[in-house]
Amino acid sequence: MPSSAKDLRVGLFVTCLVDLMRPCIGFATLKLLRAAGCAVVVPANQTCCGQPGYNSGDVPAAKALALKFLQEFDGCDYIVAPSGSCAGMIRVHYAALFKDDPAFTDNYRRLTEHVYELTDFLVNIVKLEDMPGDFSGTLTYHDSCSGLRELNVQAQPRALLARMPGVTLIEMREPATCCGFGGTFSIKFGDISARMADKKCQHIVETGAVGIVAGDLGCLLNIEGRLRRRGDWQTKVWHIAEVLAAGDDLCK
Amino acid sequence: MQVSSMHFKRQASANLGNEKLQHALEKLQTKFVDGRAAAIAELPNFEELRSAAVEIRDRTLHRLDAYLVRFEQAASARGAVVHWAESAADVNRLVVEIARQHGVRKAIKSKSMVTEECALNDYLTNNGVEVLETDLGEYILQLAQEPPSHIVAPVVHKSKEDIADLFEKKHGRVRTTQIAALCREAREVLRPGFLAADLGISGANFIVAETGSVLIVTNEGNGRLTTTLPRVHIAITGIEKVVPTLEDATTLLRLLPRSATGQSITNYVSILTGVKGPNESDGPEHFHIILLDNGRSRLLGSELQAMLRCIRCGACMNHCPVYQNIGGHAYGWVYPGPMGSVLTPNFVGLENALDLPNASTFCGECAVVCPVKIPLPDLMRHLRRRQFERRLRSWPERVALRSWSWLAQRPRLYAIGTRIIARVLRIFAGGKNNLRFIPGLSAWTKDRNMPAPAGRTFRDLYRSRHRQ
Repeated sequence: MPSSAKDLRVGLFVTCLVDLMRPCIGFATLKLLRAAGCAVVVPANQTCCGQPGYNSGDVPAAKALALKFLQEFDGCDYIVAPSGSCAGMIRVHYAALFKDDPAFTDNYRRLTEHVYELTDFLVNIVKLEDMPGDFSGTLTYHDSCSGLRELNVQAQPRALLARMPGVTLIEMREPATCCGFGGTFSIKFGDISARMADKKCQHIVETGAVGIVAGDLGCLLNIEGRLRRRGDWQTKVWHIAEVLAAGDDLCK
Repeated sequence: MQVSSMHFKRQASANLGNEKLQHALEKLQTKFVDGRAAAIAELPNFEELRSAAVEIRDRTLHRLDAYLVRFEQAASARGAVVHWAESAADVNRLVVEIARQHGVRKAIKSKSMVTEECALNDYLTNNGVEVLETDLGEYILQLAQEPPSHIVAPVVHKSKEDIADLFEKKHGRVRTTQIAALCREAREVLRPGFLAADLGISGANFIVAETGSVLIVTNEGNGRLTTTLPRVHIAITGIEKVVPTLEDATTLLRLLPRSATGQSITNYVSILTGVKGPNESDGPEHFHIILLDNGRSRLLGSELQAMLRCIRCGACMNHCPVYQNIGGHAYGWVYPGPMGSVLTPNFVGLENALDLPNASTFCGECAVVCPVKIPLPDLMRHLRRRQFERRLRSWPERVALRSWSWLAQRPRLYAIGTRIIARVLRIFAGGKNNLRFIPGLSAWTKDRNMPAPAGRTFRDLYRSRHRQ
């Protein structure tokens, strides 16, 4: 494994949601990884990590997409995703998905062990000290479930925000309580999901922060969707990468 | 108990709109979530204890047959009679047989979820045995003719005002909403029942193989009266409750009340061993222990075996954001919350509880708080897999999943498809950047907007930027 960030070949897994809904987050991630000196590769054919199939019981579909993912990112020193959910799927669940399956080679196993959620990677692997973003304002942070409980992402995003002189973090009540997204759960049980989102919105609004920031776009869509339906068009909803890399160049 | 788990969605929706219930459920956070956090913070070695508990439970499950036989031998040596029940119906039949054998007309009960599995009360009543619940929560439910909504706090869905109304109606006394007065009133009404009963029925939190003991934790003292006052005691529990030694039981006891109610220990811990001896003044003359399988042995050796570690503390439901919003009755059977979403399909059939394993965001908090580290999300995921493999999921869901994976395996087609979706949704959204309705996604857009896509996919933007 190369020793300095400059030598690292880092694969950017954009994730399907970011690709489709908010490409800005992908470019923000790119900017952060480059600021840390990484040589970033973006495999052109990447699509989905297989999580929807995996969590819905469709094992063959999940395996097919997982293998596709592994083939595309093979050769990277690290793989980084602006999502704890997708990173957790690959790092934690691929091994279970391929239990006793020879298709999951030792090489692939090592590869999955080098999959990181963005903030975890920036803090613990490349140790990025100076954020390239120029954001200033008050923020509140929501702990997305998979990042928090599968990858232990909790201190990292807060540490990075603390390195931005203009950012003031105001903690909300129950920041680690699920927002109700849960992938297909949000559609299968729309009313329960929306109620959970509503409570999250309440906790966010109570802080009086200008914006809510989190590390997973799924949660952000759910939270923003509920905020707007509540009639709140003021509270901003950002991915943490968009804040850390904020600037005019980001989303052209 | 009637199974209504197939109506989960309807029941959950109704409960979301039930303001009284919503208010009652707020207690979960303060009483149970904060309480547990404070109680485990007192322990310097909570994680070690959890690991020790897992080791005890797994070691026992590995040789469950042997420990159960050892328990039977030790209990028999102390004068108890051990009965084996394969099904809930067997339990009911055995209890009535024992009641007849000892000429029992009146029975009192302390709290037992296993007897809820069996709907024992109805069966006893229909067979001429009068039965009185003596746990305050269970007594309230018996008066209200409702099932429990929580395994530890069965009446958590009710407010003290609800209970005041119920007591006024059923007891014919002056209405009070003072909790102490309500408790006193229940005690006064129950006391003659304790004294008149010939049979006490209890559950068991653990049974101890080395001594043949039945261990019960309670907070109200009714458990002691139930198990020692009547001349006959029947303890009914699941086969997975056995632990090898008293020392093992005490290890688990350090976790159970803390995880359940945030207590370092319950008010009472009763260890009941054998019948009343010749020189003893207390205890039953006849002690029967019924050990129920009811589908538990099916879990042994399966991918779901870890579920048998469960010590029924209820922490998973207390911390479940879904349970916190819909309450226990929505789940439609004895065991609600994440543990119920694994157990119910096993007990009543996968096809009779289709929503339950899906009714989780996989937030993972249940597994974080479980004192015996049951990987509940993984077990629910496994049940989803079984549903999918048995084609129990709806065809639109299966088609949607298969289409997604088919498309995602074809990057060129995928790029075109997502390009079209991003543009179309962008156009529909207009200036507000939000969609209020998306065809096919009304379950989302009913109570939420969908933030609009930017209009061009990352892959298209990235390619055009890198061409420059």
